[in-house]
Amino acid sequence: MKAKNLLIAGLVVVGLLVGGTAVVAAMSLNGAGASFPYPLYSQWAYKYNQLTGDQINYQSIGSGGGIAQIKAKTVDFAGSDAPLEKPELDASGLIQFPMVVGGVVPAINVPGIKAGQFKLTPDALANIYLGKITRWNDAALKAINPGLALPDLALTVVFRSDGSGTTWIYTNYLSKVSTEWRQRVGAGKSVSWPTGVGGKGNEGVAAFVQKTKGAIGYVEFAYAVENKMTYAALRNQAGAFVEPTSETFQAAAANADWPNAPGFYMVLTDQPGAGSWPITGATFILTYRQQPDANKAAAMLKYFDWCYHHGADVARKLNYVPMPENVIKLVQARWAAEIRAGGRRVWP
Amino acid sequence: MSEATSHYQSEKRADTVFKAVMTASAGLVLLIMIAILIELTHHSQLSLHKFGFGFLFSSAWNPVSGQFGALSSIFGTVVSTVIAMLLAVPLGLVIALFLVELAPPWLSTIVGNAIELLAAIPSIIYGMWGLFVFAPFLADHIQPLLGKTLGFLPLFKGAPMGIGMLTAGIILALMILPFVAAVMRDVFRMTPAVVKEAGYGMGATTWEVTSHVTVRYGLSGLLGAVFLGLGRAIGETMAITFVIGNNHNISASLFAAGNSIASTLANEFTEASEPLYLSALVELGLVLFLLSLFVQLAAQWWLKRIKLGIGRGT
Repeated sequence: MKAKNLLIAGLVVVGLLVGGTAVVAAMSLNGAGASFPYPLYSQWAYKYNQLTGDQINYQSIGSGGGIAQIKAKTVDFAGSDAPLEKPELDASGLIQFPMVVGGVVPAINVPGIKAGQFKLTPDALANIYLGKITRWNDAALKAINPGLALPDLALTVVFRSDGSGTTWIYTNYLSKVSTEWRQRVGAGKSVSWPTGVGGKGNEGVAAFVQKTKGAIGYVEFAYAVENKMTYAALRNQAGAFVEPTSETFQAAAANADWPNAPGFYMVLTDQPGAGSWPITGATFILTYRQQPDANKAAAMLKYFDWCYHHGADVARKLNYVPMPENVIKLVQARWAAEIRAGGRRVWP
Repeated sequence: MSEATSHYQSEKRADTVFKAVMTASAGLVLLIMIAILIELTHHSQLSLHKFGFGFLFSSAWNPVSGQFGALSSIFGTVVSTVIAMLLAVPLGLVIALFLVELAPPWLSTIVGNAIELLAAIPSIIYGMWGLFVFAPFLADHIQPLLGKTLGFLPLFKGAPMGIGMLTAGIILALMILPFVAAVMRDVFRMTPAVVKEAGYGMGATTWEVTSHVTVRYGLSGLLGAVFLGLGRAIGETMAITFVIGNNHNISASLFAAGNSIASTLANEFTEASEPLYLSALVELGLVLFLLSLFVQLAAQWWLKRIKLGIGRGT
């Protein structure tokens, strides 16, 4: 553990040296963690820096790395795609809150099939990833897609080989909708995949899917859009086939019962509602309840407040869903109640 | 006279200092090796205790249930390295011989520089090229052909995906080829012209001089080149991670996806937050360390035997 922390700390330091030399910053904050929100966080940090001169450094080293860093107290905040449960938060003196919502989408590469044409049920998706459906013209797939000419083509399953929050959200969903998946594989940032090939990172999965005829993989929605990948429609809990869009992510997020989630522990997969995209997830920020530096803490919360209220447009542009106002109010109430520096509250 | 003595003494002191610095530098390498070994063993305690020797012979790799075994990673490391060596060593030998024995000097210089340039390409470039260019090419043209003609062998069974063990081996071969060829060329250059001319003088053909004189003369250097390549291949990480397919399965087919020790570490280290998971990954590192050490020791031993054999004239 120590060696790993040192390594990550080293990377962070190098990143800071490279990133920080040219700037005479008014205030400099360091964060590290999840790679899924990195494109957004870096945009936000850039815009905020132009407005205020404050320097927000975010190192995209993965959720696990971010959690390790915040526990080792080498960063001011961490990003994580998988929320921590309340006891773990309490044990480390951390507070956690959701920043934005995003979606994971099944992407396919089948000649002649366009985005949204191909439909999948939760069962079929689980069976594909369990290795039970191995060809595109399988009877089960034909039954779901009666009008579609599915080719006699081998199905290549693609997964994320590196540990990731994306995989966590995806396997969490499969565990919810398939008993067999839950018992045989389970949910985690890396799992023992029954079949398929692994690509490193969203870009690795995207490349495998795009280069392999007959492939199916899962990527962050933003990657699917950027790379113009063919995504599949998915049947949600309410029985409706939905396509991944900002609206369907928002619908899934709207159903979430944030007030009754201790420590904001909330998983947005397989949510009710006819318009909900089933593989939706929030990405979280972690920071200390007892802040070592009052000025820094105030600057940090001011920045997150700015992200919530003024960063929404940037988020939408990058295909993330901003948090609704009522959730922001809840989050800020927790800030006021829990975050202290030298015994005094930092927010508002 | 006293001046001469003091000069002598100061020279002697300089010698002592020089020797001490040299010894310390050499010792540092050894010290770092031992430190790595201790550190790796220390941090893999959890996994060592839980799985014991079974770690080496289990192909289970399940972060969710906490079952870990190194077999599939060891298998992938060995197979991809063997493929790479089988391709790169003969090719490197031929290239080196061509450059030294047959090519006109101007061509030798150009090709020689090109090879050295190839050696300077970062491994991630090989990986990305492998993923975006080479793997699709293999999937569309080479693998279907192999499947059709040699598909009766278990080696070439399965769907041609482009990525997998075969691709990883070939990419590795391309990566180590420049090293192998460049070192071999330098070894051949060191063969004294007199010895070769003596061979030609006796009416030997180019082939005979090459195989009986040049290769023989530089044998230990050639093996050095081979093991330099081997050392690089066995621990190569980024390029392999891109093209090997990263699946913890063991398959007889070269078309199938696999994983190597280094690729598993690259993939899973950052997100391994469970202590046992992390410990198992560190133990994988330990296995790789010992594997490399073992290969090096075996190489040294083999080299010694061959030298003895040459000394005896067999």
